[in-house]
Amino acid sequence: MLNIIWLGLVLGSIIIGAINGTIPAVVNAVTDSAASAVVLALGLIGIMALWLGLMRIAEDAGLIRGLSKLISPVLRFLFPQIPRDHPVFGAMTLNISANVLGLANAATPFGLKAMEELSKLNKTPGTASDSMCMFVAINTGSVQLIPATAIAILASAGDPSPTSIIIPVLIATACATTTGILSAKWFSKMPFFKIKPEHQVRETK
Amino acid sequence: MDWQMLSASASNWLFLIFIGGIPLIGFLRKVNVFESFVIGAKEGFEIVVRIIPYLVGIVVGVGMFRAAGGFDLIAHWLSPVFHALGFPPELLPFALVRPFSGTAAKGILAEIAHTYGGHSFLAHAAATMMGSTETTFYVIAVYFGAASIRKTRYAIGAGLLADLVGVIMAVVVTHWFYSP
Repeated sequence: MLNIIWLGLVLGSIIIGAINGTIPAVVNAVTDSAASAVVLALGLIGIMALWLGLMRIAEDAGLIRGLSKLISPVLRFLFPQIPRDHPVFGAMTLNISANVLGLANAATPFGLKAMEELSKLNKTPGTASDSMCMFVAINTGSVQLIPATAIAILASAGDPSPTSIIIPVLIATACATTTGILSAKWFSKMPFFKIKPEHQVRETK
Repeated sequence: MDWQMLSASASNWLFLIFIGGIPLIGFLRKVNVFESFVIGAKEGFEIVVRIIPYLVGIVVGVGMFRAAGGFDLIAHWLSPVFHALGFPPELLPFALVRPFSGTAAKGILAEIAHTYGGHSFLAHAAATMMGSTETTFYVIAVYFGAASIRKTRYAIGAGLLADLVGVIMAVVVTHWFYSP
């Protein structure tokens, strides 16, 4: 899927660029984007190091395990493959709570930590497990109590009541997240998406 | 004090409770807090390094397509279809860009808010979309990068379906709640 979309973006922009006469802009975009991707990553390093450092303290203090025990009955039905009380539930909980509270800076590090833990449980390296897909689907649903960015933009355009979008956003985002979860569950049962045995042999070699 | 200051100070305190509370509890439980911190922080650094190739791939692809005018072209093609379905075509560029680039989506939202007014139906619907969807391709690239995954199976499908429902529901719910 990612292969086709990525190829489509690259080839599509060359063809559209040739038709639209925007080739110089496309060429500039290649180098600019490559540089800005690294700037984006560099910006992540500090915040990732900080949060994963704190998380390590919480782990060593037994807090993550405690949190995992507490939350795993709730999350288990979404992630049936993960063993009971596994610490990854702690990282997932922190990620989801940070998202809900709008602490985007903290949400990404916790989410990435959770993905790393999930990859340790993954029996087919290189191919996403059902748990990973479910976790990513929850994250792309973006449940948020207060959509701060959107409110700020409305306010700066002179809206006297930008906070009136809070309830609509909650309803829409709940629908989106439910869709993400249900479709991930549903897709995981489709034969088309079953992990083929030859993957396993080739990838683990 | 208005809500923005209130919410900012609430999240500041939440942040500080984390920053101060975790090391304190660790110390009380006899953890060598700084050593643990450094070990974890190193891991954070390694994860980011692992993500870079994924990030470069996605950001370059999306950047090229945007620069070529690809999103505008698709919006132009699709707009009669969406108009017929009752979806405001003015919101189409926003909905198309949203899964690919958060910064670009923010820019388009600001543009809509300034063109039609901050309190217009279109601005409110777009802002609701902003809050109910996510930069799916960024999340996919970064999260699967951290796990060194190359075959993403149905994750993109599920993510885009969630975005689609978020976009449609944003318009529907704004119809219910919006009062000029």
